[in-house]
Amino acid sequence: MGGYVLKRMIYMVPTLVGISILIFMMVRLLPGDIVTVLAGADIGSDPELIEKAREQLGLTGSYPEQYWRWISGVLQGDLGDSLRNSEPVSTVLLNALPITAELVFLGLLIATVVGVPLGVLSAVKRDSKHDFVARVGGLIGVSIPSFFLATLLLLFTSRVFGWVPPLNYVPIYEDPIENLSQFILPAISISVFTLAMVMRMVRATMLEVLGQDYVRTARAKGVRRKVVISRHALRNALIPVVTVVGFEIGILMGGSAIVEIIFGLPGLGNTLINAIFNRDYPVVQGATMLLAFIFIFANLLVDLLYGVLDPRISQE
Amino acid sequence: MSNFPNNERPALAPDGPSEAALDAWVYTPARKAGRFAKWRNPIGIAGAIIVGLNIFIAFFGTYFWTIDPNELVAIRLQSPSWAHPMGTDDLGRDVFARIIHGAQVSLQVGIISVSIAFGLGVCLGLLAGFFGGWLDSVLMRFVDLMFALPGLVLAIVIAGMLGPNRRNAMIAIGIVIAPAFARVVRGAVLEVMGFPFVESTRALGSSHLRVMGRHVIPNIAAPLIVLVTVYLATAILSEAALSFLGLGTQPPEASWGGMLNSARSYLDIAPWLSIFPGLAIMVVVLGFNFLGDGLRDILDPRLGPHVGSAEKK
Repeated sequence: MGGYVLKRMIYMVPTLVGISILIFMMVRLLPGDIVTVLAGADIGSDPELIEKAREQLGLTGSYPEQYWRWISGVLQGDLGDSLRNSEPVSTVLLNALPITAELVFLGLLIATVVGVPLGVLSAVKRDSKHDFVARVGGLIGVSIPSFFLATLLLLFTSRVFGWVPPLNYVPIYEDPIENLSQFILPAISISVFTLAMVMRMVRATMLEVLGQDYVRTARAKGVRRKVVISRHALRNALIPVVTVVGFEIGILMGGSAIVEIIFGLPGLGNTLINAIFNRDYPVVQGATMLLAFIFIFANLLVDLLYGVLDPRISQE
Repeated sequence: MSNFPNNERPALAPDGPSEAALDAWVYTPARKAGRFAKWRNPIGIAGAIIVGLNIFIAFFGTYFWTIDPNELVAIRLQSPSWAHPMGTDDLGRDVFARIIHGAQVSLQVGIISVSIAFGLGVCLGLLAGFFGGWLDSVLMRFVDLMFALPGLVLAIVIAGMLGPNRRNAMIAIGIVIAPAFARVVRGAVLEVMGFPFVESTRALGSSHLRVMGRHVIPNIAAPLIVLVTVYLATAILSEAALSFLGLGTQPPEASWGGMLNSARSYLDIAPWLSIFPGLAIMVVVLGFNFLGDGLRDILDPRLGPHVGSAEKK
């Protein structure tokens, strides 16, 4: 197992190198040179000053040279400085990361806690009214944009309860209740897509598992229906859920950008969008790289967990 | 076998059933009923109706509702009434007219960005699957890399760096979706290439181009149709998201995502400004997803009538 984990970690390296080259080139090849933008605004068109600015931004030399400078910095935890307030990019990202992490954690928690039972119910009572509602609801859940859901939730709570979530971010260790009341609506907004996916997945695998011989055997030897469903069937049906949830970690870390903006949470997605509008290169580069890393790492974790949960899957 | 359209006979082994047996198999009433039943698919039909209605509104809506979406026609922030069924916005523009314009925008973005993805993805997938070898390895490594970046983040970065407007948003969405097409096409091509009829047509002296055009492409059409439908939904949703962030269609032009964004400040006093564009996005995306679901049932026999329902008794 240890050897296998190590091997998979090593396989991650070429992917990460490829991604870093892709992001590096993307930021440089796309039109709109940061220096000319800055030149127009702050430093005028003096060629000497422009050259100086280029040097400061690490934009001198050939692309390989620039890449090498950037990537060796990244490996030492130095992602450069933000162009906007000269703060180190790593600090900017580290401030934003826990916010997004909390949001994604809560969202996925809601998705699993609600989605799994709904899926089981839908499978056990197949073709009933409940099943139909759950299936159509599942398709609606995959189709409703999180930002529309967020708007509806805001509208609902303000109309019915006369309550809107506080808009200034408070860390959880300062005031847990204020913090949670701030996160509950955005967490629900981002959870619905995953919830629907989890529900559909659990339903499909439960139906498959319930038709297996060992389930019939268990029933035949006198195990009660409830026990068969929860002990024998559900355990196997949960394996694909791990895949969906793990995959969604990576997607939601950056994909919650819009919900973060609506609810005024200064998370990673929010930081990335602001950096793009400010043409704040180093932050864009760093945030994208971090999001890609989380995405790849989450997928790796899913693969490893899969092997642990289901010994039938060979690890080689 | 899954990629055969249903009306095509599967390739038979030399010692397969006789002609008569085959005819009996094809023309038994049960078989006919079974084939017909597949088209009785309520979710797919609901999807087709929604999508059809959306296309109709996009093309002909302006003939029925002649108010200019950018004209300041009435008092601002009016609630829905007979004169303005969806109310008026913060500048006094007719929301219904803007929703119709938004339908055109979203359909245009959907079609163009999926076309970009289709063009790029099908070319890459065909090349990789057809020729295999090092070309396959190189192309697929690149596709894997694209998959290792979260989609919306990639779209945001490309659209943001190219500059915020609708053309760039369409390019960004197309690029982001393309790898999915490449991967599916490659898989389907590899499957078709393994069939004996490809080998026999090669033995008869067909050129690469003929094998590809006459034999491979028609046989991968079914998964492609499903893919296009599903990714139309993704493209429309992505455009709404990008426009919401200010990276897509730019105001004053009406787009559903943009309308939803500018309605945020008026959520308390004019909720209809948020509800109608949001509903529009949701219904259209739902329509394409329903249609894709239905088409998958019809076109992909492997999945059976309901996805994942293993009928073991």
